[in-house]
Amino acid sequence: MIPIAHYLILGGLLFAIGAVGVIVSRNLIVMFMSIELMLNAANLAIIAFSRSLNLMDGHVFVFLIMAVAAAEAAVGLAIIIAIFRNRETINADKFNLLRR
Amino acid sequence: MPDYNLRIIIPEIFLFCWAIVVILSDLGSKRKSPQTIGYLTMAGIAVTGVLLYFFRGGISFNNMFQSDTLAVFFKVIFLGSAFMAVGSSFGITNERIKNHRGEYYGLILFSTVGMMFLSSSSELISLYIGLELTTIPLFVLAAFYKDDKLSVEAGLKYFVVGAFSSAILLYGLSLLYGLTATTDILTMKINLALLFLKFGKIGPGFILAMVMIIAGIGFKLALVPFHMWAPDVYQGAPTPITAFLSVGSKAAGLVALLRIFVNGLWSFASDVMQPLDWGIIIAVLASAAMILGNIAALRQTNIKRMLAFSSIAQIGYVMVGVVAADEMGVTSAGFYMFIYLFANMGAFAVATVFGDQTGSDNIISYAGLSQSSPLFAAGMAVFMLSLAGIPPMGGFAAKYMVFAAGIQAGYTWLVILGLLTAVVSLYYYANIIKTMYFAPGESTIRINPSFPAKLVLLLGVVGVIIFGIFPGPVLEFARETAGVFGF
Repeated sequence: MIPIAHYLILGGLLFAIGAVGVIVSRNLIVMFMSIELMLNAANLAIIAFSRSLNLMDGHVFVFLIMAVAAAEAAVGLAIIIAIFRNRETINADKFNLLRR
Repeated sequence: MPDYNLRIIIPEIFLFCWAIVVILSDLGSKRKSPQTIGYLTMAGIAVTGVLLYFFRGGISFNNMFQSDTLAVFFKVIFLGSAFMAVGSSFGITNERIKNHRGEYYGLILFSTVGMMFLSSSSELISLYIGLELTTIPLFVLAAFYKDDKLSVEAGLKYFVVGAFSSAILLYGLSLLYGLTATTDILTMKINLALLFLKFGKIGPGFILAMVMIIAGIGFKLALVPFHMWAPDVYQGAPTPITAFLSVGSKAAGLVALLRIFVNGLWSFASDVMQPLDWGIIIAVLASAAMILGNIAALRQTNIKRMLAFSSIAQIGYVMVGVVAADEMGVTSAGFYMFIYLFANMGAFAVATVFGDQTGSDNIISYAGLSQSSPLFAAGMAVFMLSLAGIPPMGGFAAKYMVFAAGIQAGYTWLVILGLLTAVVSLYYYANIIKTMYFAPGESTIRINPSFPAKLVLLLGVVGVIIFGIFPGPVLEFARETAGVFGF
């Protein structure tokens, strides 16, 4: 059996990649994908803990997180489409009208 | 034996169904008068308040949902802020979003249901779901003027920051779950104490979890240094939504913070493990919020941006009560939020009506308002005085309570900082009053609020003054909420 530490290290790495992706990337779609990666890192950690502790709560938690992530994806993509229609770009650096 | 006591979630069920009714009733609204849906929404919120009075108290769904005093107190704040946000929305639903009234009001209600669930959840899963149900409709609402570049940009910024922060929060929660082997907050407290007794110290994983949870909730509360989204989003979003964000969403973050930290980790932090006192982390964030919020607000020319920085500072004052984390601390934080509800919603209602009728959000356009519409200007003056904390307005009593709690808990430096920054804040609040009353104004437009907006303004003024002079009943109610934490 693979020890839990391996899953947690993988989860931590995925989370770090996602967090760096959100901060570094200027493309909205990539930022959005990075956020999903962070959520999945949390899912992986929860499932790993849940298996090693023999508890079912974590499984329920992960299912609900997946549902929430789907709702968030729908809203997020809709907002990205709305801003693309307005500005014809999805470069995050161009969205600076509010900072005067 | 599973325990499904549906009785105590009747208010939430009702409000959720009502949101669907509101959305559906918009389908045939071409024939109806434009106001109908707004009044329908307000009626739904009022009925939910009544239901809340009758169906409260008790635990259900295996401790996942509890309708204790803390939950009821905050539910009153959420319903109040939703009511006032809807009441001041009539101007924009008549003009700018004619074709999407149902969705607009429905989403406000969905978000309110999320806040109500959040305040009742004593367990990580339902807490997270409640937080997301609060936030996701607000992403849409912030971007609701689809053709307005500023509004969509605000929605986008709120979405990216909101989703990012909830991912951070979730990772923190996952670590907490792994360390304590439970999602129930009270069991977590016991398990953490057992872990500590076993190992004699707290591991880095726990510190990481705590920092991530503080960061995740800090984004929702717009605490410095997680505040950078707030001014932009507040400026671009439709003004009633800004108001709802600044009161409802912040109160939701506050209740999550109280549940996780004061309920779950407090006695642990203070009794067993002195080295890991989370209070100091939040105290530092609170002092940063008070300093930065108040100083940045000084040079704002847009009223919504000014109120955004002011609300960052205000949440800093609330945090003084949270770090105290005793009976007085929780009482004062709740009471502060209650007064803040009236003062801030009122100030934003003024900004909404003024923006609708003059098309300007600049502070300079308020010049001469006291001549053209004296009552309206007087209302704004009352809200500004309350936010600044001048007696006899509610803001004074609230600040007094919070600072007293801070002193009692030994955070004297934080209270002194709070007093100094409160003096700074007087400058920009008084600046609005000065502009309205003494600046030479060319403003000849007579502001004429619609009936619901008048109702909201009246509610705000009466709330601020009455609860400022007679804070007793609310304080008593807030003190009962502290009983939830076993003080």
